[in-house]
Amino acid sequence: MLLDIKNLYRRFGGLQAVSDVSFSVRPGMIKAVIGPNGAGKTTLFNLITGTLPPSSGVIHFKGQPIHGLAPYRIARQGVARTYQNIKLYPGMTALENVMVGRHCRSRAGFLSGMLSLLWTRKEEKAIREKCLELLGLLDIADLAEVEATSLAFGQQRAVELARALAMEPELLLLDEPAAGLNIYETAEVARLITKINAQGITVLLVEHDMSLVMDISHEIVVLSFGEKIAEGTPSEIQHNKEVIRIYLGEDDAED
Amino acid sequence: MKRHLPLILLILAVIVVQLLTRWTDTAFYLTPLTMTGYYSLVIVGLCLLMGYAGQISLGHAGFFAIGGYLSAMLTTKDLMPLKETLLLGLCDKLGLLVQGQDMLGVASLQMQPWAACGFAILATIIVAYAIGIPVLKLKGHYLAMATLGFGIIVYRLALAFPLFGEADGISGVPGFPLLPGLAVSGDFNSRVSNYYLAWGMVALVMWLLVNLIHSRVGRALRAIHGAEGATNAMGVDTARYKLNTFVISAVLASIAGIFLTHYNGGIGPSEAGIMKSVRYVAIVAIGGMANLWGALVMGAVLNIMSLRGMFGSYDDAVFGGILIVIMLFAPQGLLGISLSATFKRIFRRGE
Repeated sequence: MLLDIKNLYRRFGGLQAVSDVSFSVRPGMIKAVIGPNGAGKTTLFNLITGTLPPSSGVIHFKGQPIHGLAPYRIARQGVARTYQNIKLYPGMTALENVMVGRHCRSRAGFLSGMLSLLWTRKEEKAIREKCLELLGLLDIADLAEVEATSLAFGQQRAVELARALAMEPELLLLDEPAAGLNIYETAEVARLITKINAQGITVLLVEHDMSLVMDISHEIVVLSFGEKIAEGTPSEIQHNKEVIRIYLGEDDAED
Repeated sequence: MKRHLPLILLILAVIVVQLLTRWTDTAFYLTPLTMTGYYSLVIVGLCLLMGYAGQISLGHAGFFAIGGYLSAMLTTKDLMPLKETLLLGLCDKLGLLVQGQDMLGVASLQMQPWAACGFAILATIIVAYAIGIPVLKLKGHYLAMATLGFGIIVYRLALAFPLFGEADGISGVPGFPLLPGLAVSGDFNSRVSNYYLAWGMVALVMWLLVNLIHSRVGRALRAIHGAEGATNAMGVDTARYKLNTFVISAVLASIAGIFLTHYNGGIGPSEAGIMKSVRYVAIVAIGGMANLWGALVMGAVLNIMSLRGMFGSYDDAVFGGILIVIMLFAPQGLLGISLSATFKRIFRRGE
């Protein structure tokens, strides 16, 4: 197992945001986490990446416990993420944004950076080339020198994805990669995720767009009010009575 | 190397200014120019911390004072009563002490300027880490208030202890012989060499900092400024990076304090004052925050004007006013505004 989550809990005051969630992700697969708004999907991501510590429970990555570690330590072990509300660095170009993602795969420090040693300049050049290549892979190479936060929404998503890929992660967490995109852009995102996955990167995604999830994922976990209510292949989930009830049969007035 | 073009311009400007003072027989300008050079070290260090790493400090006059006061105290005050202590005994064995005589011919004991400088920098590093570790967990206004508190403590300590000369400060600080024939001192005959020493240090520090901001570390610092959480998730140890930057800028302020104290032959509590810290912040702001060269240029201009007494008794008020006006009307800094306006004008004419 690449990622193993056992009995994970997270409370916010009186709210049980994640409650007794357990599942695992095999290497090489695309796994999706779905559920209604407020089901705890983003909290789950924040727990995996270390942005939030769990109230209790364990998370293993490649057999090593990662729960309670700082985000940068988890990132260095090979977990990359994107955000539901895009978090690019203002005042930096698209290329520079992606180059930050190379941080954990390079090593120039304060002293060598100040002295601009030969090897640090070589490393810097290699970082730049690798990141230009990634921008090319996502068809946004021509935007390399544009300030990232001034780009169109879909392009910003692509820059964020490139930044995550620059980390050469083993596990890529995508938080609603198709949010705010039209159906053509969503189809493009689906194609990209499949392509990334084909390169050997395991993907765990949170998504609202059912057609995207059903098309590309190998397995699906369904959360509702912080609890896991189903897990299985897309066809199993489509026929699961509990899932159908949550998505179709709930009384909207109760909300 | 395009990024080092301003550095070449700086070196040329430093040489031209010196030649100008010689031809126009205005060598008296070299003194405020030299002092400005040392203040510039504080300003570019603070610019790295504020503009790039995005962490404010309203206590940098405190670090300047730690450097200045410690080196002044160790090279001036009689250490004879402490001669038997373990630390001083060790210093004596290492040849870090000098025997001298006070005005009455009584033997006295001081520390070598080199050793005092080393101690002062070491103390600054320790204090900067001790302050930085808890304080840099804070953000925005809270960080500003905490560093302000640190600045006030240093100021009050300088005023309170007879060892630091209370309200009079410390005077009679000897020159700091760096190399044979080159000493940091206010000696009339070494005005030119001291001018070049100060601005040579500025050029060296600018080279180091410009390299840094164009490196992997500088990119991470700018990213921390933009979105700290997302930077941490990229594998950047953001707490350590902020702390290192804080310590680097504190050490630069401390070095400036040490050298300026030897140059002036003394230091007074006004150097540790809150208004000094505000002045440094105001200059970084007017330079455009994330703009090392802007901060250097604005710092040089304003400090020379201030040292030449152009603001009269409104000196502090001028810098406080600058801070307010810049924050209200030109958060991009004065140079940023005039540059972009100039560009617009040029392009409009071209159409």
